[in-house]
Formats: sequence, structure tokens, C-alpha cells
Amino acid sequence: MEPLAIAEKIKNQFPAEVIEVVESRGQVGVIVAREQIGAMCRWLKDEPELRMDHLLALCGVDYVAKNGTYEVVYNLCSIPLRHMIRLRARVPADDCRIDSVTCLWRGADWLERECFDLLGIVFDGHPDLRRILLPEGWEGYPLRKTYPLRLPAEQEWQGYVQLKELSRELSRFDFYSDMLSNQAKAGANEAKK
Amino acid sequence: MMGTEFRNLAVPVRDGESELFTVQMGPQHPATHGVLKLNLWMDGETVVRCDPDAGYLHRGFEKIAENKTYAQFLPLTDRLDYISAMANNVGYCVAVEALLRIEVPLRAQYIRTMVAEMARITGHLLWLATHALDIGAMTVFLYCFRERGLLLDLFEELSGARLTTTYTRIGGVRQDVTARAMEKLARFVEEFPSRIAEYETLIDTNRIWLKRTKGIGCVSAEQAVQLGFTGPSLRASGVDYDVRKHRPYCAYDKVQFEVPIGVNGDVYDRYRCRMEELRQSALIIRQCLEQLPPGAIVADNAPDLVMPLARPRQPMAGSSLATGYIELVPNNDVYPEGDVYVSIEGSKGELGFYFVSDGGGRPYRMHIRSPSYIHIGGLATVCEGVLVADVIAIIGSLDVVLGECDR
Repeated sequence: MEPLAIAEKIKNQFPAEVIEVVESRGQVGVIVAREQIGAMCRWLKDEPELRMDHLLALCGVDYVAKNGTYEVVYNLCSIPLRHMIRLRARVPADDCRIDSVTCLWRGADWLERECFDLLGIVFDGHPDLRRILLPEGWEGYPLRKTYPLRLPAEQEWQGYVQLKELSRELSRFDFYSDMLSNQAKAGANEAKK
Repeated sequence: MMGTEFRNLAVPVRDGESELFTVQMGPQHPATHGVLKLNLWMDGETVVRCDPDAGYLHRGFEKIAENKTYAQFLPLTDRLDYISAMANNVGYCVAVEALLRIEVPLRAQYIRTMVAEMARITGHLLWLATHALDIGAMTVFLYCFRERGLLLDLFEELSGARLTTTYTRIGGVRQDVTARAMEKLARFVEEFPSRIAEYETLIDTNRIWLKRTKGIGCVSAEQAVQLGFTGPSLRASGVDYDVRKHRPYCAYDKVQFEVPIGVNGDVYDRYRCRMEELRQSALIIRQCLEQLPPGAIVADNAPDLVMPLARPRQPMAGSSLATGYIELVPNNDVYPEGDVYVSIEGSKGELGFYFVSDGGGRPYRMHIRSPSYIHIGGLATVCEGVLVADVIAIIGSLDVVLGECDR
């Protein structure tokens, strides 16, 4: 099915949810509200004319500077029917929550975790939402546009500071001189005896 | 005689359920193919729960991309799936060209198809070598690296580097292929099918190999789609999905090839699928060599390596240079706005790039859909209830690369 026809079908099924249909480079993105995203994905997956069974990619985009929202982008495709569509669910920046689609695609599990990890969008109903690529104690969400590329040294993440200190300390270890000094100590001890 | 009489031991044997044994496999375990760490909860030798831990190789590619021009990011794609870097180069460039609306000349399309298939062969050969090594077949490793070496030599001849190739350019390829390299490649594809047969004689009927692979780590077709598997790992389960056929890119719609499909979705079928793919890749390369048209290798409207920016780097108002945050001003003169998702069939599975352009010279957002990340995510499901020795076979059969997984 043609992507624009799919968008039209979604519009008919969920008239209140669809905000805008955007065409870009022959691909169609449907900007939707976040409330019915679970029902919408389920319908897209089960509808015999659409059968969007394959979640290609799920990621978040920061549009806060533009319109005060984040977007969670679902690229869907149908393996048997060979068509694809893009859903872009708007998530307001002051309430970063959206329903999880892990019950529809188990593969969405890690994709949503990544989105949470890097953009701080919370997925309601996700079985195990915690950081995945970054260490557990990381502060902030790097893919937000307000996240700085580099911080002043005193504001650096503590885990990294500790690691740097440790590596500096370890790099000071000199095998031969330490061995010689140990030998000298042992010799001195024996001399005392 | 000893052993004829048994005594009841006074020591009570604990219920296996109540106390699970925890094993942290990796991140330095040689059989986890890089820095993959698995937390395993085991009852005896059976894995009850598996929790893969990713992120040891996270370099923040997506954040870096937002602060570089499209051309500047290209060399970093080598570091995704570093085993078959050529395929990543092709995937990235195909996606950027779709975004910037650049038409690539036919010769460059063919060259790209050719190098992408060469990359698939190098990727699959390394997979076969290490997978066999994990299961205990040492000899295959040496055979595979012999052929892989030939291809890496050719990469060197084409691009100047064996692994980090950066061969493609936005709008084409870096330099034309030489007649000498093509001759070598023709000789290679001529000989290669007999080499595949050689690997197969080593392991295909090997009883240990069959015991270790048949019926292990079965993934049903429905489950594989649910988990988002792609590439040979999906096709081994009997799902006919290949980006080269579904959404042809480069010259894949101009060459004939078959997509091998498995039945059972076990480790053995994934192995068979990849072996057949090796044959098909050689076939594609041969066709590319025969059909290779003359002409330009870079599009006329391809951007220069030094790409124009909407505005030179400027610190955001109120912040110092040290914080380094750069604001991009939307300027439609530079590049058109919009978003696009383009994927290619890498050697591990579907490698996709999702670009959002705000009209600036840098991507507003770039998301890499890496097959390895999704495969490792699915590992928890596949490894449930298998023996710990089979976990190794399953990791090997899914063919994961951590550079691509962690990005």
C-alpha cells in the first residue's frame, strides 16, 4: 500500500490522534498524540491490510527548542506486504512519558531503554526501564540538545574523575624500580637480623 | 566391592530452585566476541535467566554526529561494525544521499554493491571462523582467515586501508577501481565457491558440530519478528525479509541472486543460511564485474568533503566556549529540511540510519538502527532454559559485533 494511503487510513481510524501528516523524501511520517500510541500500534499490527509486524527502529528526537516536545519515532514496516510508515508521537517536555509498546514487539524493550537512557523519556509499562548504554550513576540525558558537549573539569561526572585518578595512579607503577626497592628493603631487613 | 552399597548422606541437598548460581560471563571473555557481558542466573548448568549488559564500547556516536557535518561523520561509520566497514560506509552514504537528494552515478552504484558484498564475505568469514572456534573447531579458523586476508588486501588496494576503509563518499566512491584489483577479485570469486565447499567438508558432517548446533537456540518465525531480528538470524527462522529485495538500493535490483531461507531457526540453520549467503555474494560480485559500466564515480552535485555550514561555529549566547554547545540556526539555503529512514542489508542484519535535518549543515538527529544491538537484546529470550555451553553457540550464531551494538 502507498504510504500516503496508509496515513489516510490511520487518520480515518484515529481522527482525534493524528496531528499532521508529513511527507519527506518519498516517506510519510504521521505525527500523532501520545495518548493512544499503544492502541494505534496494535491496530497497525493487526489490521489485515496493513500488518505492520516489524518494528524497524524506535528512537527519540529532541524538538524542545522548536515546539516544547520530544518525539518518539516508530519506523514500522510490513514484511509480508512490503510497505512502511513512520509514526512520530509527540511527548511534552514537562511530562516525559509515553506508553511502552513492548507488549507488541519484544524487540522494543532495548530500544525503549536506549531512548530512556539517552533522552530521558519514560515508557510506562516497560518491564525493566533502566540505563543501558551509560553507567548506572550517570547524570543527565546526553541526546537532549541542552546537554553540553564538554563540561568544566570540576563538573565532570564523578565516575569518570575517579577512573582517571585510578589510571593515573596505576600508570605510575614502575615494575623495575619497585622491584629494586623491594629487594633493597628485603636486603636491609636481612642485614638487621 | 566399592560402590555396590550406597549410604544416605547426612548432608541435606538444597532445593535447586531456591538458590540460583550467578555467573558473570564477560566482558573480557573471548567467546563473547568483544566486550559483551552476560549476567547469567543458573540452576546447575541450565540458564534460568540471562541479562545481557551492553554499553562497554559506547562512544556516543549519535551525539557526535549532531556536532559534525555529514561528511565528517563518515569515517566514524567504519567503527560501527568494524569487521565489515565497507557495508557501513555504503549504508551511511545511501542514507545521506536520500536525505540530500543526490543521484549517484551507475558505476558508483555497481562499485558500492561490489564492495558491500565483499564486506559481507569478510564479515561472514570472520563469523564462521570465530563461531567454529567457540564450538571447538580450530582448523576452520585458519582456512577462513586465508580467504579473508585476500579480501582485506583488495580493500587495501581500493581504499588504502584494510579495516577502516572510508571508501564511499557522499555522492559516489572515493576513487575508481583499478583493472588489476578487478582481475584479482574476478579470480577470487572464481575460486571462492570451492573454498566454501572446503569449509563445509570440515564441519558440515562433523558429528560434534551437528550435536552442538542442531536444535540449539531455536527461534520461531513469529518470535524472531517479534524480537526484531533481521539478516540471516531472521531468515534462518523461515521469514523472507531481505532489505536488498524489499527496498533495493545501489545496484541490487540489477543483479540476480537468491535469498537463502532456513526452516528451524536453530544455530545450525543460521549457519547454513550464512554459508549459502557466501555463495550468493560471490555470485553478485561476479555479476557486478561483468556489468560494471563506464562513467563517473561521483555525482555532479555531491557535496565537497568540506561541507558548508548554515553558520560558522558559534557559542550559544550566555555560555562560554568551554561548554562547547553550538547552536545551529535553521537556514534552508544549506540543506533541505525533513527526515528519512534508510536501511541496507549489512552482514549482521538490517543497518538503518534515521536522519532528521533542520536545514543546517549537520544532522539535527541521527539514529543508527544497529542489528547487533537488537540481537543482543533478544539474547535474553533465546537463552532462557538452555545449557550454559549452548549460550556460547547462540551468541556465535547471532553474529554480534559490539562496536555496532554500543555505538
